[in-house]
Amino acid sequence: MTIDKRILRKDSLEKLFNILRENNRTIFAPVEHNGKISFKASGSFSSVATDYIQTTQSSKEAAFPRTEKILDYTKTRDNINASPFDHNQIPEVVIWGVRPCDAMGIAELSAIFNWDLKDEIYNQRLAKTTVIGFSCMKADESCFCTSVGGNPGNTEGSDILLTRMGEGGDLIAEIITDKGAAIVSFAGELFQKSEEGQKEKYLADVPVKFNRDEIRKKLDKYFESDIWVKQSLRCIGCGACAYVCPTCACFDIQDEIHGKSGSRVRCWDSCGFSQFTIHTSGHNPREVQSQRWRQRIMHKFSYMPERLDVYGCTGCGRCSRACPVDMNILEHLTSIQEVTL
Amino acid sequence: MDELRNKVKALLEAKTVNVVIGYEEGTGKKPRAVFAVKPEDAAKLIYDSRCVLNLAAYITKHEVKAKGKMAITATLPVMRSIIQLASEFQVNDNNLFVIGLTPDNQVIEFKNLAEVETFIHKFEISIDSKYKEALEKLDKMSRTDRWNWWINELAPCFKCYACRAACPMCYCHRCTVDFNQPQWIPVPSHELGNLEWHIMRAVHLTGRCIDCDACANACPLGIPINLLNKRLLEDAKKHFGGYQPMLKGDHLMSTFKPDDKENFIR
Repeated sequence: MTIDKRILRKDSLEKLFNILRENNRTIFAPVEHNGKISFKASGSFSSVATDYIQTTQSSKEAAFPRTEKILDYTKTRDNINASPFDHNQIPEVVIWGVRPCDAMGIAELSAIFNWDLKDEIYNQRLAKTTVIGFSCMKADESCFCTSVGGNPGNTEGSDILLTRMGEGGDLIAEIITDKGAAIVSFAGELFQKSEEGQKEKYLADVPVKFNRDEIRKKLDKYFESDIWVKQSLRCIGCGACAYVCPTCACFDIQDEIHGKSGSRVRCWDSCGFSQFTIHTSGHNPREVQSQRWRQRIMHKFSYMPERLDVYGCTGCGRCSRACPVDMNILEHLTSIQEVTL
Repeated sequence: MDELRNKVKALLEAKTVNVVIGYEEGTGKKPRAVFAVKPEDAAKLIYDSRCVLNLAAYITKHEVKAKGKMAITATLPVMRSIIQLASEFQVNDNNLFVIGLTPDNQVIEFKNLAEVETFIHKFEISIDSKYKEALEKLDKMSRTDRWNWWINELAPCFKCYACRAACPMCYCHRCTVDFNQPQWIPVPSHELGNLEWHIMRAVHLTGRCIDCDACANACPLGIPINLLNKRLLEDAKKHFGGYQPMLKGDHLMSTFKPDDKENFIR
């Protein structure tokens, strides 16, 4: 569908939030706690954070929660009764205040969850999720969306994209998808038809730092390069980068057993962990951190474009901000672009 | 700064060590770890009040250890960590050389770990007053309120284990939480899983934690997990007279007296 452009007056934002609540939408919105801003089910507009460049965690949890119970089971003397995931329990969700880089990440995450097997739980959660994006009016030195195919006012992945016309001003509303139009259908009076406002002049300036296709081509030849050893020596092998990433999709399946019954749970996992690839034999094909770091970069900039036709990085900069030891991805990508074999 | 750089340069020129772990300027105006291997790398080294990352976490890292004999530029918390690690047989005089960065900005080349031990014993381990206040506030809460407070604080934890990775004392090749047959600690990050992980972490560090705050500083979600460690530090002080890392001697949590007045220990 073509993008329908409307205007949302500044005081209509709270009304929209409340109308969504009245229409039984669970709203995941950026909420501040201990100085960090993360998406949380939010019951009141006043609790929603407004002044942030980027949330600490991505919005991927709406479709890919950190902990997802996929079935319950009970064992009897000669049988196992499994009750599968109940799709009816999935709420209608609106993710509020998603940055364009996160919205773009949804397509990348979906590519992984539909690569071979179509992941039912993921797809059903996503089908019930509406994305209300907010364009970026400011950026920081970790941001690099423009180097990976995005921009601060990118509509890709959002159902509605809102752009503030200056600090505290009215908002340009772009209704991008049918899901977006569905929201306009029950909050119609808030979305006024108007031709005023060009969003470009309100957007943050994010300079292009590298060319991702060039990096991809280099990576084909860099598997054995010592750049991975050099870059990864200060990496301490935690999973912070993967867990805040909007496109990291690795998970582990665990059984939680209580006597004769239990649950099967899908939980986030990370290729940065030393035991991520350990075999039952004890052999670990990625036994040192440099191999694990290489995997992270290769997966996002070589394997994903090769197999799924999408890159695995949206330039949100979260991994750089979250890393306790300054494994700055932008710095590392730039140095890969500059290095010659 | 020149004194530090010259000392490191001399060490690398003389090939006394193969690598020096130090601080360099990072991105976002935050210092980060650097591994100097050539004499000219010494020029990258910095030291100022922003250098709070506990570099001792790198001493036991497989990839760093593989470089052979190392030196480390060590602030007081790093020196304390080193002595604790030495007492647990993770480092010794043959593989580690310590360049102390003292609280009064001196650069000291220690001859051996015994000298480092003598130096750190001049300073008592004492938690900051702002944390004492936070603990007092928690103590005043009812048991239910305190429980709920912790459940709420630990709720954001997604088990990235940055706290574990940043802690010099968490050097196990395979952590208890990584076992799944049997699964000692629930792997998922739900209420019980988070609670068990953080309590286990704190208890394993009792009598070993040197109060460097690396865990809390590493947490990408800002969870005040160091309060658990600080509570145990205070308890150790109250009930056992406190502790200091020591090259030789008994550890608080792994020793007992046959004539202990408590019954449960016999």
